[in-house]
Amino acid sequence: MLTRLKTQVPLFSMNSYTKLREKLKLSGLSFASTHSHVIRLGRHSRHNSKMAVCIAVIAKENYPLFIRSVPIQNELKFHYTVHTSLDVVEEKISAVGKAMADQRELYLGLLYPTEDYKVYGYVTNSKVKFVIVVDSSNTSLRDNEIRSMFRKLHNSFTDVMCNPFYNPGDTIQSKAFDSIVSAMMVQAS
Amino acid sequence: MEAHEEKPIIYTMENKPIVTCAGDQSLFTSLYTSLAQQLPRESMEWRRSYGRAPKMIHLEANFVQFKEELLPKDGNRALLTFPFLHIYWTDCCDTEMYKASVKDDMLRWQSTLRLHGSVDWLIVVVESEAKKKNKTNILPRTSIVDKIRNDFCNKQSDRCVVLSDPLKESSRSQDSWSAFLTKLRTLLLMSFTKNLGRFEDDMRTLREKRTEPGWSFCDYFMVQEELAFVFEMLQQFEDALVQYDELDALFTQYVLNFGAGDGANWLGSFCAPVKRWSGLLLRRPIDMEKRELIQRGEASLLDLRSYLFSRQCTLLIFLQRPWEVTQRALELLHNCVQELRLLEVYVVQGALDCWVFLSCLEVLHRIEGCCDRAQLEANCSHTVGLWTYATEKLKSLGYLCGLVAEKVPTSEDLNRTVDLLAGLGEERPETVNSLQSPYKKLNEALSSVEAFEKHYLELSHAAMEMYRAIGRMRSARLIGKSLAEFYMKKGDPERAEGFLDDSLRSYVAEGWRLQVTHTRKQMAECQKLLQQTEDYLQTSALLAGDANLTEEERKHFCQEILTFASQPPAPSDQTVALSMAAFAQLRQMQFSPPGAVVHVGAALQLELRVRCLMPVAMQVEQLAATLHFSLEQGGARGRAGSAQRRAGHGPQGQGDGVVMFPQGSPLAGAGMGASLPPALELYEMQDRSPSDSSLTSTGVVCKNMHLLLRRHDSSASLDTPTAGALPAAVAVDDGAQMLRARDITLQPGDNSILFTAPTGEPGSYTLRQLCGSVGRVQFVQSHIYPVVQYEVYSQEPQLTIEPLSDNLLAGIPQKVTFTIATGHYSVKKGDALQLSNTDSMPILHSSCCSATVLSSTGGQPSIHPLERMGESALSIQSSEKVTSISLPPTPPYHTLEFQLEVLCHIPPTPFKPDIERLTNGEVRHRPKSHSHVDSGMINIDQKVSIDCPWSIYSTLIALTFYVPFKAKHSILSAGKRKYIQVCLQNVSDTNFHLADPVLTERQPTVSMELLSLNVKTQQPVCSQQSVFCLWEMRWAKPLPLCLQCAFSASFAPVSASDTHTAFKPYRYEFQLDRVSTLYSLKAEISPPSGDQHCRTGALCGLEVSITRQAEPSETEGEEEESTEIEGLRTTKLMYEVVDNSSNWAVCGKSSGVVSMPVAASATHRVQMEVMPLFAGHLPFPNIKVFKYLPHNAVPAIQPDTDSCLENDTISLLDKGLDDQGDTASIRSRGSVHSVGSGEQQRGLPMPRLEPFSPGQVFYWSQGRQVLVLPVTDDHVMEVNVT
Repeated sequence: MLTRLKTQVPLFSMNSYTKLREKLKLSGLSFASTHSHVIRLGRHSRHNSKMAVCIAVIAKENYPLFIRSVPIQNELKFHYTVHTSLDVVEEKISAVGKAMADQRELYLGLLYPTEDYKVYGYVTNSKVKFVIVVDSSNTSLRDNEIRSMFRKLHNSFTDVMCNPFYNPGDTIQSKAFDSIVSAMMVQAS
Repeated sequence: MEAHEEKPIIYTMENKPIVTCAGDQSLFTSLYTSLAQQLPRESMEWRRSYGRAPKMIHLEANFVQFKEELLPKDGNRALLTFPFLHIYWTDCCDTEMYKASVKDDMLRWQSTLRLHGSVDWLIVVVESEAKKKNKTNILPRTSIVDKIRNDFCNKQSDRCVVLSDPLKESSRSQDSWSAFLTKLRTLLLMSFTKNLGRFEDDMRTLREKRTEPGWSFCDYFMVQEELAFVFEMLQQFEDALVQYDELDALFTQYVLNFGAGDGANWLGSFCAPVKRWSGLLLRRPIDMEKRELIQRGEASLLDLRSYLFSRQCTLLIFLQRPWEVTQRALELLHNCVQELRLLEVYVVQGALDCWVFLSCLEVLHRIEGCCDRAQLEANCSHTVGLWTYATEKLKSLGYLCGLVAEKVPTSEDLNRTVDLLAGLGEERPETVNSLQSPYKKLNEALSSVEAFEKHYLELSHAAMEMYRAIGRMRSARLIGKSLAEFYMKKGDPERAEGFLDDSLRSYVAEGWRLQVTHTRKQMAECQKLLQQTEDYLQTSALLAGDANLTEEERKHFCQEILTFASQPPAPSDQTVALSMAAFAQLRQMQFSPPGAVVHVGAALQLELRVRCLMPVAMQVEQLAATLHFSLEQGGARGRAGSAQRRAGHGPQGQGDGVVMFPQGSPLAGAGMGASLPPALELYEMQDRSPSDSSLTSTGVVCKNMHLLLRRHDSSASLDTPTAGALPAAVAVDDGAQMLRARDITLQPGDNSILFTAPTGEPGSYTLRQLCGSVGRVQFVQSHIYPVVQYEVYSQEPQLTIEPLSDNLLAGIPQKVTFTIATGHYSVKKGDALQLSNTDSMPILHSSCCSATVLSSTGGQPSIHPLERMGESALSIQSSEKVTSISLPPTPPYHTLEFQLEVLCHIPPTPFKPDIERLTNGEVRHRPKSHSHVDSGMINIDQKVSIDCPWSIYSTLIALTFYVPFKAKHSILSAGKRKYIQVCLQNVSDTNFHLADPVLTERQPTVSMELLSLNVKTQQPVCSQQSVFCLWEMRWAKPLPLCLQCAFSASFAPVSASDTHTAFKPYRYEFQLDRVSTLYSLKAEISPPSGDQHCRTGALCGLEVSITRQAEPSETEGEEEESTEIEGLRTTKLMYEVVDNSSNWAVCGKSSGVVSMPVAASATHRVQMEVMPLFAGHLPFPNIKVFKYLPHNAVPAIQPDTDSCLENDTISLLDKGLDDQGDTASIRSRGSVHSVGSGEQQRGLPMPRLEPFSPGQVFYWSQGRQVLVLPVTDDHVMEVNVT
């Protein structure tokens, strides 16, 4: 344990630096206004408990750091969905271009819809990807709510990275992170 | 002429706003062409209500003849048929006619308009010169216009315009045209604003009533669509689209609310079971069939959505936004599926798939119809979603209808197909002639297995191509995988394999484990069908160790391997080599002894810890690790070097001999390795200076820096997956040497296997390959990383002798340790060390000597403490020449230790230091690099020559001894009496007792005796202190010129227990020359006459008397230069008065030469004058006497002046130090007699001065003082404070 501690020490300072940078980026988020023509007829509370059905954190190198989905029997399908969504994530990142990379918004928006799910993406400045899959029937979730979910996720992820016992690149096993994710997912009742 | 058609056709979208024309129809007809042309030529700004941005629009109009039926009745809100402006045309130019008919006609027109509440009208009066000419009673033009204005346009004079000569090309005509057109446009816009505004208000009111029970969405739809139509008519497609989007959103919200339990009654009609699924229809601007269904409230949800989308599609294409169509289409299709699900509408299974499939293709066809190929290719990303969706739907239809199978569809499947096709209805007239219509495609695809395959493959490949083109490799692979599943169903594993392999590679490369497991399972199935035994076994091995699978599945795959392994091998095929990575993981290796450096033949064990990944216990017949043997150049090199290297040896050098293997994930031997950064490999680095191996620098080096600092590709390219799905073929190499363990059972989880490493030959052994055999199957790990190696060394036997303490002192017996590192030599019984004896260093041995045997099996004695093995007595036999030490039997690579007492005799005479004495008596000079030179200790390097049993050569070992004492002697005189003083200084760090100091003559003469004046016989000499001893010489006969003396004493260390036996002799020999006193000098200072005392500044008399003390002896006479004058032998002496302290000033001659008779008591007096310079008790000035040798005399011995000065014996004499100073002062003052070699150099024959030996001249007045009084009138006293 002692040797492990020793190797971790220099990394710790790097983490906190990354954290600072990413937090700074977060504060600069802007929110685009939603389509003005849409007429809202009022909100209904039935869907409010429903949130994400799958949440994934994917490393810079595109392997999953964390992936959790609601119906366990469908796990594989979500893995396929999240993995395929990386195509769009990469497309969106590269579309921004190198010069604008610093000003890029972290939230990537809807990556692609499928018949059953909507897949949203978010990329940190260190190219860690967050993917949230939402049930298509869940219409109560607006863009802003998805954004705030990502932001929560990002904050919790930064906390994980700040943990000196966490080895960057390992799968995330933090309980705190897990509980944040659980709170965002549909409660399997 | 369309303007005169009875009823406008509204569905052509060639609509224009309606303007009615009353009055003179023929007049209007003549003007119509130019009017229709010129009206849209200029744009007008349209200012709009509700803060909407003003727009420039080009106006067009549909001019129709005025009829009362055209005017809208109350409640009819149709906007398309609404006449926005009414124009009355007249060219009446004569008053009579006006009054007679035109006015009445206009009045009728006006009243009709008023009746319908229409206020948008205009009267146009056309004037023409031609007409005026024809008429005779022409009134001024204005009068008719004025009349009309007066009659009709009260307060609205602008409602009447004049158009002059419209058919002529004159400027007047043009001006009037433009004025007219402007007026027309303005009025039209005013009418639009007013009427549309009213319409919109009504529409909003209607919308607000949506919560009322009787409200119907379909009715509202028709109303708002009317508005959309008008905007479309006005070419305001954007506004038109907004109307549809609003309808879309409204409907969507209703559906969502319905889903939330807030159902509206009118939605009931949309919840009816879906009966038709003919797909979207985008080829018509307006699908009147569907529109009518909506109007009648009979539309299904799909009808409404289809219609709405077809309108949106039309408008978007007008707006040149085809890619938005595709995007919206995908959303729509997803949404419809969701909505039907939400509304719980009954749909025949597969019907929706049909609808989606047809719709996708329809949208794609529509887009293809309005874009060229290049545009389409550039915008693949927009269409590929639809392609994929269509592919998916066709696939699911295929599965549903039993078209994806090796067999033909069952009758049940056929029934289902027929039902589905029935719901498509008849093909639309628009596409009947098209060969590639979606309808035909679907029909054909569902018609037979072959046709389905053709269409499905076509779609799949198209979608894959597009994904590849836009770089979405993952999506492309997903389709590929789905194709593979299709092929597998069709029983065509050959074609499936490629797709599966491609997908698997990418999943492995990116480390997605669930996908890897899933795909690998499919791969296994495929490989089994293809009978690729080796690949199948490899995949099975990977799957058997895959934690993502259930226990049963894993056992199944494990069993597959075991079944194969247990089959008797066919003669043709060899064993199958599989990668170890799937089978087991190396965890750690541990060497015992941990240093992993052993001598030849030593036992070295290697414990391998392996995590077996198999779900069941595996019986492994043999687990072997091949070794790579390399004979290092330093196979038998010294231990120190090897230990040093080993200590700083990265992962292996943790000191405990444990090699840990990095823990990757079980499935991604290469995949995760590629994506994760490698761990730091730090090594300790020590830089030692080559000369004395002292540490000059130390640090930490990262050995795999090139890997860590390599720039990582930030976008991991998927095009070339790094790792294969299957590990590369493994080859078993047959190493000559190997570690082997037989018949072991590997339990699931961690296992420990013990190997015994071969240590037969010295060299370096590196573990290369690990191979486990299970029947016909071999699991091979081709490389073991990090590198595991051990070393076997062979060592020459070595003998060292080391003192117990820091320094060895000569003269006293001390113990030294003999250490024998046996190395590869085994000491047998009877082996003995033969030490050549020397006189100067005898070996003192006692019977109780015993040897200790220490084991050094740990390898490096420098690292590991030695283990005491046993003790045995030594037998030592001494003969004259050799001392033989019989060694106890000692196994190889052990250490034998024993102690012996040695004594080094102190050489008696003051010998020259720094001379090595070899046992054979040779004297050899060696460089003066000795650490004890500073402390003044004289050292003796004593070499011991030893014959060892393992070597034919003698071993020479040097021991350095230090002489603890330093002795000096001096001779003291008192008149004729002589004393000898010996000073003994202890230069060592040890305290000694000194006993019985004795001074003897070496050639004893009877005439002389030495009287000891020493009181104590024994006294301590502390470290760095001195002891002085004194003897008086008594003699009867004249002394010989040269006296040989020897000082001897006994000494023992204070710490020694047994003082009597421990006392050792110390001897110091020296020689004394010319001891007896020849002359005595006496000085007398007499105050000036008449004075009792000397006074400063006053001259005093100095009388020096030199007296010959003894007869010249025979021996002395020889060297005394004497001359015979008148029978009297005289010798010449030079005297000199020297006053070093400047107390005296010698006035006149301070030196002179006197002739002394060579006879006892011969005295010579010299008178001189000196002046005291200070008052007080002044010491007498020094008087020195030299032999004065004439120039011709050749001295027998010419003492060198320089050596005189440096000679210890001289310097210690009573006057010696002063003499030196005086000699110098003589020279510097340049007094009359210059001495030394300076004059000889000139080559002139000059007399020489030669000093007497110490003790030959005795100065009586040494230390005498005389009182000098200050001058009486001198009141100044000088005080020197220094």
